[in-house]
Amino acid sequence: MSRTLHADSGAVLQQNRAGAGERFRRTLLTPGGAVFILLVVLLAAIIAVNPSFGEPESFIRFIGRTAPIAIAAIGQYFVIVAGEFDLSMGSVVTMQVIVAGNLIGDDDAKVIPVLLLMIALGALIGLVNGLATTLLKVPSFIVTLGMMLALFGLVMYWTGGAAQGNPADSFRQIGRGGIQDVPVLGIIPYPVIILAAAAALGFWLMRRPYGRTLIAVGDNATAAALTGTRVWWVRTRAFMLSSLAATVSGILLVGYAGVHPSVGRGYEFTAITAVVLGGVVLGGGRGWLLSAAAGAFALESLFTLLNFLGVQSTWRDTVQGVIIIVAVAAAARSWQRRRRGSTAPARAEQHRITATSAKPAEGTEQGGNGY
Amino acid sequence: MRTKGIRTAVTLAAASSLLALTACTTDPSITENTGGATEGASPGATEQAEWFDQALYDEQNEQRSATFEGNPDEPWLQYIAGDMTDTSEFASEGEHKVCFANASISNPWRQTGWITMNQQLQVLQDEGVISEMETRDAKDNDNTQIADIDYFINEGNCDAFIISPNSTAALTPAVERACETGKPVVVFDRGVETDCATTFIHPIGGFAWGIDTANFLTERLQEGDKVVALRILPGVDVLEHRWAAAEKIFAEKGIEATDYFTGADPTEIKKIISDELATGDIQGVWMDAGDGAVAAIEAFEDAGKELPVMTGEDEMSFLRKWQETGIDALAPVYSNFQWRTPLLAVQKIFAGEEVPAEWVLPQEPITADELDEWLKRNEGMPDGHYAKFGGEDLPGYPEVWQQRQMP
Repeated sequence: MSRTLHADSGAVLQQNRAGAGERFRRTLLTPGGAVFILLVVLLAAIIAVNPSFGEPESFIRFIGRTAPIAIAAIGQYFVIVAGEFDLSMGSVVTMQVIVAGNLIGDDDAKVIPVLLLMIALGALIGLVNGLATTLLKVPSFIVTLGMMLALFGLVMYWTGGAAQGNPADSFRQIGRGGIQDVPVLGIIPYPVIILAAAAALGFWLMRRPYGRTLIAVGDNATAAALTGTRVWWVRTRAFMLSSLAATVSGILLVGYAGVHPSVGRGYEFTAITAVVLGGVVLGGGRGWLLSAAAGAFALESLFTLLNFLGVQSTWRDTVQGVIIIVAVAAAARSWQRRRRGSTAPARAEQHRITATSAKPAEGTEQGGNGY
Repeated sequence: MRTKGIRTAVTLAAASSLLALTACTTDPSITENTGGATEGASPGATEQAEWFDQALYDEQNEQRSATFEGNPDEPWLQYIAGDMTDTSEFASEGEHKVCFANASISNPWRQTGWITMNQQLQVLQDEGVISEMETRDAKDNDNTQIADIDYFINEGNCDAFIISPNSTAALTPAVERACETGKPVVVFDRGVETDCATTFIHPIGGFAWGIDTANFLTERLQEGDKVVALRILPGVDVLEHRWAAAEKIFAEKGIEATDYFTGADPTEIKKIISDELATGDIQGVWMDAGDGAVAAIEAFEDAGKELPVMTGEDEMSFLRKWQETGIDALAPVYSNFQWRTPLLAVQKIFAGEEVPAEWVLPQEPITADELDEWLKRNEGMPDGHYAKFGGEDLPGYPEVWQQRQMP
């Protein structure tokens, strides 16, 4: 969580010496932390409107059904934090859904080979997106927009726009099944496990040199290049991660819902909204991976809440549009304030803040030293 | 179809700004179809008022029990007795070129029909009635279809026009222009606001569908029970009529019905049902088209709830799921075999035989008693196939439908 704090100046390091409680409070006040508060508030509101939602079994199912979009948001995070966009995500999801439906059919034996093919396709699309962006210097907005249309056209050509039928049940179990007879929860859907794995993997990756470099590239690609980073390869891998995340989402969605050319529609924008809601700055260099995933949950919770309140689902797009604008504006202002914090007067203020918090910090530090 | 419109909108919007983009996942082509009238915020109730037509409702209600002329083994040639169009002026020898302006093949129903139509074409080509059929696919776009029709009129060198309109109001002038050429015009499926066509072919209609399905559900449910209505999209008359009739009946019988637009997206359908199940039990599911019916049933299964009484469509995926789960269900039918009829109408027209001015085809739902029979008749057909496709006597049966071979 404190990763970005490290990335800031020395003054912030000073801040970091504050107690765990104080650090936690400060974290929550950043855009990347605030999304967790928002999520809790939304979930509380949903439970207030509809108490049965809070039952462990319904709740775990809600997490399960939100997993595909959360995984897509995690994928999109890598690209956005590197300062790019991936608009092709939705089409990748759709394509993978159709690939699964058409190639697997009812044949259980084809599940593994097709799964491998889908992963290879996902990686390939990301590679093409990444190389076109970095080596051909086409803005990623255009590259991935082109990819989105190209893939979508391919899907339409292949299917004529209609579903062909669902793949074998064994394949669909990945997105539909779960570990049965779990105490309290009743069931742990596989998508929840896959989401947890993806989040853990992403979290770990962002703490590896690759993750640090990725943020550095997003913040200032020139500076990163001057330190010897192969910017093109770092970014290309971010695109590959994004397409692979879309592939995983697609696999889960085939299981959850079944094959239809409309599955995955608008996924790129939902993912971008989620990432932005998670406080990740468009343009790169700032934001946390888990906040992006939390953004996806907050967004889905909001839609669920609106639904429970009886708001027409046709409002959803409007809500999403407003959210993305407000979130970008809020994040930009907030992170800007942090940046300005490095200028002399503001730094003085920060020292003052640190100073005033020193007393309670000392108190907490004693107990918190174990961290 | 819808999705294509979305992508187009996305492309345009992307040029201007990313931020505006997120708001653009709504389908603009629908707004185009309906003149932007009812989309968005307006609740279902106002739409009903717009689409409900008491006279049409009564007419179709009667037609449900009407006697059809012709051989019941060839329902695609049956019709309800009424005004006939004299076609002696079109009588001519030899082969004729047919031009077909198709709205789209972007859903499984249209694809199934399109396959059947092409097999029928093969028969008529072999018989020397039709030389060729030039087809233009408007891909769910009114403007494209208007341009297609104008192209046919000006450069198509057509002897007859077949038009499956994308939307009612927008296509009316173009159909009128086709009529003005003095050549036979056959309109089928969705209607237009003119009767200039030589014949307008369609099954009984949306109100009949709505009456059949809503009666089925209300007979099995009690006052105060809840029905979730899953609707594909707003603004298409054949779909709006289905809901308008059903909504009226639900209201009369005190059934609480909530309607949603799903875009036939199974993810949406599952979410909607899951959320509804989280707020309370659902006794019935009503659909304005069967696409996605399986996802709706699966949502009940996943939530571990009792399966609802349900109406879907004669799509194989639904029929199979129906048999597998043993639910209490009905499969209304929007007779897919109507795709054969336009070409057969053209044959009659060039032979100088009279054709019904409004050619109303039978439209009989599949009931639980008939389920096994229809499943057996369509064994080996893909999930997106429609049981009452009516192409069993055509060349290429069953492989062409099994492989879904489309030209």
